[in-house]
Amino acid sequence: MSASLKKGISALKEQVDSTVASFFSSCVHCGMCAEACLFYTETGDPERTPINKTEPLRRIWFSEYTLVGRLLKMLGLAKAVDEQLLSDWETLVYDSCTLCGRCSMVCPVGIDITDMIRKTREGMAVAGHAPNGLIGATQRAVTIGSPMGVKLPALQAQIGHIEKDTGMTIPLDVEGAEYMLLLSSMEIMNFPEFIEAVAKIFKHAGVSWTISSEAFEATNSGIQIGVSDIAAELVQRTVDAAEKLKVKTVISPECGHAYMAIRWDGPNLIGKPFNFKVRHILEVLDEFRKDGRLKLSGKEVQKLTYHDPCQIARRGGVIEEPRNLINMFADDFVEMPDTGKMNWCCGAGGGVSSNERADEIRLQVFQRKKDQLDAIHVDGIISACSNCRIHLEDGLEEYHMDMPVLSLTETIAEQLEEN
Amino acid sequence: MNEIEFLSWVRGPGFQIATIIFVAGLIIRLGETLLLGRKTNLAEAKGSEMSSGLRTIASRMLPPDMETFKRSTFTVTAGYIFHIGLFVTIFLFAPHILLLKDIIGFGWPSIPTQIVDAIAIVSIITLLAILAHRITDKVLRYLSGPQDYIVWLVTITPLVTGYMAFHRLGGSPVTLLALHILSVEVLMVLFPFTKLMHTFTLFLARWYNGAISGYRGVES
Repeated sequence: MSASLKKGISALKEQVDSTVASFFSSCVHCGMCAEACLFYTETGDPERTPINKTEPLRRIWFSEYTLVGRLLKMLGLAKAVDEQLLSDWETLVYDSCTLCGRCSMVCPVGIDITDMIRKTREGMAVAGHAPNGLIGATQRAVTIGSPMGVKLPALQAQIGHIEKDTGMTIPLDVEGAEYMLLLSSMEIMNFPEFIEAVAKIFKHAGVSWTISSEAFEATNSGIQIGVSDIAAELVQRTVDAAEKLKVKTVISPECGHAYMAIRWDGPNLIGKPFNFKVRHILEVLDEFRKDGRLKLSGKEVQKLTYHDPCQIARRGGVIEEPRNLINMFADDFVEMPDTGKMNWCCGAGGGVSSNERADEIRLQVFQRKKDQLDAIHVDGIISACSNCRIHLEDGLEEYHMDMPVLSLTETIAEQLEEN
Repeated sequence: MNEIEFLSWVRGPGFQIATIIFVAGLIIRLGETLLLGRKTNLAEAKGSEMSSGLRTIASRMLPPDMETFKRSTFTVTAGYIFHIGLFVTIFLFAPHILLLKDIIGFGWPSIPTQIVDAIAIVSIITLLAILAHRITDKVLRYLSGPQDYIVWLVTITPLVTGYMAFHRLGGSPVTLLALHILSVEVLMVLFPFTKLMHTFTLFLARWYNGAISGYRGVES
């Protein structure tokens, strides 16, 4: 057995706990999870059935943590985890799963299949069976501080442009600010309007905020590839910066997995609770709304819908907040069929968009989103994740659908009442 | 061994062996699951684990959302029919209640035999349809291994032998009853070590699912 395979197996063993054992013990092979997964519904490939993607972890649980499995293993009758299995499963675990969590919502016996696919990635990555695109992104995140290789000067340049264009100051490294904003590389490079929008809204609300020059990156490739050590190191950078600047709340930007990483996984990765709060930007904006700090004057007459980013809604718990905010300005808001916690993924989350090998399939499975959109005939889509946004734009172009994809934060900034 | 001795054996030593394996197996399986434990969540909670876990135990008993139901109509419908059918035939059939009263000391009202009889037939037909579905559906065929077919067989056999014994079809009543009891004993012996175990572990699985989700403020 190679050293990397040994490491992979030991990483899988570390993932087995009472939840994993209860989940595998309960699976009756009913197949309902397949019908909840866009990688199955849009391809019809039974190998892509969600529970099947956890096979490496299942073998480890069975042969190491059950009496019968251990007996069979001694007799050489238990199925082992080997290079071949991990190699065969790589495209299922990384290219055909966005960790969207829809399967976990429909399983009749209650298996959190998504959580187990995430755990399976821990073994796959350590054993050297992760996609090159994700390995590259993770290396850049560790060495440069950003999966896209965005360094501080790039952020400073964007800040410079915004300050010049708007006359506002973008606060950098302000100690004692109430909020510290994190940004995804994609926002810095592709959607700097987001930074401008936050600056406008926070000025309007009269709330102090800052960006840290030492930890501005929100995304966490360690989570996507499934290497907890790296994920923890990236979380620690944010924690150090938040503690140094003595902020009360860290804001996760419009990025799905970034929110999962810092809000729900973060404290567990570093092994201690945070001494600051973590909120998604939409939660913060909804708080402003409740406190009467958010006054909008504009009205959007176009027919709009909202795409729930999986990690923010179903896996993150931010479902009501965007709707409260949209209702402030939208005259004609409609929900897609299957919305909120049951929304269908855009097809590119969970590291799929960083994995070039999955370019074809992510556009193929976008058909699911197209069907949802075809049912409601809207003029535009609002969302709150720049990764969803880029993929929605890609998908709409691929399927010759012409409608804008808007950021909720940016739309709110545009509708602010002039002071 | 003649048929009387056969019946005495399945009622006596056979039943005792099966019960010991069943109970010990349950304890081992639940023990090896729960003793693994899980880490405390250190993130600031948005909802309660306990109430969400309990809610999910109940909510996954109910029919799913419309889209899921449309996509899995057969699985959901057939699932309800045969599970309710098993419950009625096992626990609401007068002779079974008498037997259980002997063992645990108390009984409960039964429902009329003709109704149990009809439900047994419906359950058998449903289980046959479920097997056909497992063989013909590409996802189920891909997922299924020997265990899935063995478990199907040991589940339907007590229903069939019970029906035959009650109606005295195809053999002497004594032999049929003995075969019925033996088929239940086979089911009991395999129960803890196969997916039949979901009968118990689904409460854990649903609780964990609900707790994981509810902690983040989402009803699952």
